[in-house]
Amino acid sequence: MAVAQALLVVMLTGYPIGALAALGLRGAAGRGLVAAGALVGALAGLALGAVCLAAGLAPTFTASFLPLTGVMLRVDGLSAFFLIVIGVVGAAVAVYGFGYSAAYDGRHSLPMLGALLNVLLLSLSVQVMADNALTFLMAWETMSLSAYALVLTEHDRPGTVRAARWYIGLTHAGFAALVAMFLLLSAGDLTTSFAAMRAVSLPPGVRDAAFLLGLFGFGAKAGIVPLHVWLPMAHPVAPSHVSALMSGVVIKMGVYGLVRVTGDLLAGGPAWWGGLVLGLGTVSALLGVLYALMEHDLKRLLAFHSVENIGIIFMGIGAGLIFQSFQLPALAALGLVAGLYHTLNHACFKGLLFLGAGSVVHALGTRNMEAMGGLVKRMPRTAVCFLVGACAISALPPLNGFVSEWLVFQALLGGSAIPQPEIALIMPIAVAMLALTSGLAAVCFVKAFGITFLAIPRSPEAERAHEAPRSMQVGMGALALACVGLGLAPSFVVRGLGAALSGLDRVASADVTFTVGLPLRVPGAVGEMSSPLLALGLLLLVGLVLLGLWLGGADRRLRIGDTWGCGRIGQTPRMEYTATAFAEPLRRVFAELYRPTRDLSIDFHPASKYFVQSIEYRSEIHPWFERVVYAPLFHALRRAATWTRRLQGGSLHLYLVYMTFALLVLLTVARWWR
Amino acid sequence: MTGYVLELAQAALALLLAPGVVGLVRWMKARLQNRRGAPVWQPYRELGKLFRKEVVVSSNASWLFHAAPFVVFASVVAVTFLVPILAVPLPFDGIGDLLVVVYLLLLGTFFLSLAGLDPGSPFGGMGASRAMTVAALAEPTVALAIFALALGAGSTNLGQIVARTMTDPGAALSPGHLFAFGALFIVTLAETGRLPVDNPATHLELTMIHEAMILEYSGRYLALIEWAAAVKLLIFFSLLGNLFVPWGVSLALTPATLALAVASLLVKVVILAGAVAVLETRIAKLRLFRVPELLSVSFVLALLAVTSSFLLR
Repeated sequence: MAVAQALLVVMLTGYPIGALAALGLRGAAGRGLVAAGALVGALAGLALGAVCLAAGLAPTFTASFLPLTGVMLRVDGLSAFFLIVIGVVGAAVAVYGFGYSAAYDGRHSLPMLGALLNVLLLSLSVQVMADNALTFLMAWETMSLSAYALVLTEHDRPGTVRAARWYIGLTHAGFAALVAMFLLLSAGDLTTSFAAMRAVSLPPGVRDAAFLLGLFGFGAKAGIVPLHVWLPMAHPVAPSHVSALMSGVVIKMGVYGLVRVTGDLLAGGPAWWGGLVLGLGTVSALLGVLYALMEHDLKRLLAFHSVENIGIIFMGIGAGLIFQSFQLPALAALGLVAGLYHTLNHACFKGLLFLGAGSVVHALGTRNMEAMGGLVKRMPRTAVCFLVGACAISALPPLNGFVSEWLVFQALLGGSAIPQPEIALIMPIAVAMLALTSGLAAVCFVKAFGITFLAIPRSPEAERAHEAPRSMQVGMGALALACVGLGLAPSFVVRGLGAALSGLDRVASADVTFTVGLPLRVPGAVGEMSSPLLALGLLLLVGLVLLGLWLGGADRRLRIGDTWGCGRIGQTPRMEYTATAFAEPLRRVFAELYRPTRDLSIDFHPASKYFVQSIEYRSEIHPWFERVVYAPLFHALRRAATWTRRLQGGSLHLYLVYMTFALLVLLTVARWWR
Repeated sequence: MTGYVLELAQAALALLLAPGVVGLVRWMKARLQNRRGAPVWQPYRELGKLFRKEVVVSSNASWLFHAAPFVVFASVVAVTFLVPILAVPLPFDGIGDLLVVVYLLLLGTFFLSLAGLDPGSPFGGMGASRAMTVAALAEPTVALAIFALALGAGSTNLGQIVARTMTDPGAALSPGHLFAFGALFIVTLAETGRLPVDNPATHLELTMIHEAMILEYSGRYLALIEWAAAVKLLIFFSLLGNLFVPWGVSLALTPATLALAVASLLVKVVILAGAVAVLETRIAKLRLFRVPELLSVSFVLALLAVTSSFLLR
């Protein structure tokens, strides 16, 4: 307990010191102290989470002094797990940020960048420890606002302000829903502790309303389709280490909130809750990856993949909630473990990929993949880190992404245990969609890595690219190691997640135990596998093949020659396959969904139409959510605004009448309510 | 101990047999087309020749180009340890189930596609893009077929699926099994680059997939890739043969049953190779953008497989 308290104090002082240093100090010293504060805070949070999870502690903390008397903190298993997620990514981002923010030296946005980064990390940590609605909502809003300001760091670039507006609009719509939800749960008093909320039993209608409000609020933060539109706009325009933090951790707060509210405070619900979460997750996963495929802006591509992975996480959690409603505790635990495992994994590999993309953008000054290429020779370490992330997100064994997707598959395959066939038949569809999603993700990352890092540079900037500074390499390397480690030690991670679920014993029964062993055996799963042995086997086989070639007397000569170009002499980057071309087959296959616009103008020679002087071809894809969902919504809002404008006559007398009238109505209602 | 010896023997058998299977398909195809055809052991000669030739690597290529053949070969060989080719249960059953097998094969395709992009040749990029597209679109079918098999056996572990069908022979003729077989057969054609999805016999056509991707490879690297492709074909044949018609697979590790297992494997492989040869003689290659239609047929078959095995449980 004393250790936990000390770690909490270290964390709660580290971040503010970093934030203040940003405002006070300039130059490398300022950046260093900002990074140090964030690093200390993140590592203390990580240690706090690890200690609480390992020892099974659930310490509570309250502040007894004004103005923080309403603040209540408690670190149970779920909080501890999310503290670890924040700590791992936060620490890597802090180190990386030291080198990355050097580009902002001398610009007026640097102090705010450093300060708000620390504020964001602090609010994230407080939020997962919050033990009453007031603390939670305050931390939530601090998180949203600091992230909003961080997105605006490069506000002078086109598109940034628009992206930030989308973000703040949707996140505040979500916030309103969350306030309403907590008011329902706490019967109007936001300082009610979570323990008291667990104890009350609400009528089913109120529970359903609270669930739907929560799903909207948390879904908007997590970026679930159709509330995801802000995500591919806002994440790419932020500085890359902030993008890593936003995609790796901030959107996970939606996951945390959903699990906390549905799994803990409401303790599960009818099957349609889980079905809705599973369905939204499936749609998000598939649409996220399909739109990512068509992106050639490296960071936007990664942002769409966040939508996909949040979808996969929601699939696991949704399956868990469905199983819970059918009283299948082992499978419910499996679903939640799978979802949370993927949360941690996605935090690591998406953080890593955004940091890698940041290094590339740092070196080239562009996010356009068609201007990249050949970077594997110019930025070898960044390339290796990015490749690890790409393999992990494509669910290739034996890395971490594979392990958690395997667990999600196992949870969904367990759907055959559900007695109602009409619900159980949802599961195979989800399995198929998950398989399609992971296959398409692999296509997308062959494109992302292949076009960005391999072959010949496609632009002079790519030709001149340089390796990232040391601190940025360390940040990426740490996350790459985390991706490998989480893949190779699945049974330890799963046991830790089992401990994290201990607070949710009304959903996932406490007597489901997870054992540590070489093969990953999980209660409820219908198969088993062992990623460490798989990795060992693959390494051994590569060694044996090399040995075999050597012993077998295979020819060892190697000649460097030109790429074969059908007899053409000399090869230019224009002959290479482009990212657009790479994704073209899938664009045709899913043309119904994309509905690309094509614009072809041919300039003929005036003498004959058989001589073409120039051809201009332009093709674009506009995601249809903005058009189908949001355009009618904005239209209706604008009409409503025009209509209400009639009330505003500009006369003070009129406003006095309104106010008096409103007050009288409210008083009457209040009296009648009693 | 015998189990581990058997694992090694099984992998060795797969490695040695695989080029012969490719040769067999080619020879049967030639006979069906009234050609004399190269002998069945021609692929062995080709591999031997390639191993003795020098490697030419593009000046644009990076370390990934050198690493990819080893990743491809190692991942395919790893699969031969996990798939029941001769006997069940195998000691390595716990290392990987059917899902692991699928993703290990995807690992190979992933690295081969990257290597296709590495030299910067348009052919490599074209092949990589198409190979990954076909692999991704085949994925849901595979997953659903796994679901259908797992429903019957109560497990995704390959050993248990085989053992379960052997103890309950009626299951092999259940509609779920038959639909899943059809679906996986189509996937086999797509994943191993056979007609009507890809043409293994051509170079330098704009329709090719696998051959375009590996166009820049030569010497021992090409040998490893060609060998891995042959092993992959054998793996799919033995999956089709042993998961759906498991008879002959050895349950006890006695010399007699193992001999029977080898014999039955050969029979199954010959029958499946014959089917592929007939199919490749009878049908033409599909246009690339018609391939998704074929794969959606296999998807529907797999969906029917799951639905029927679910409702008829």
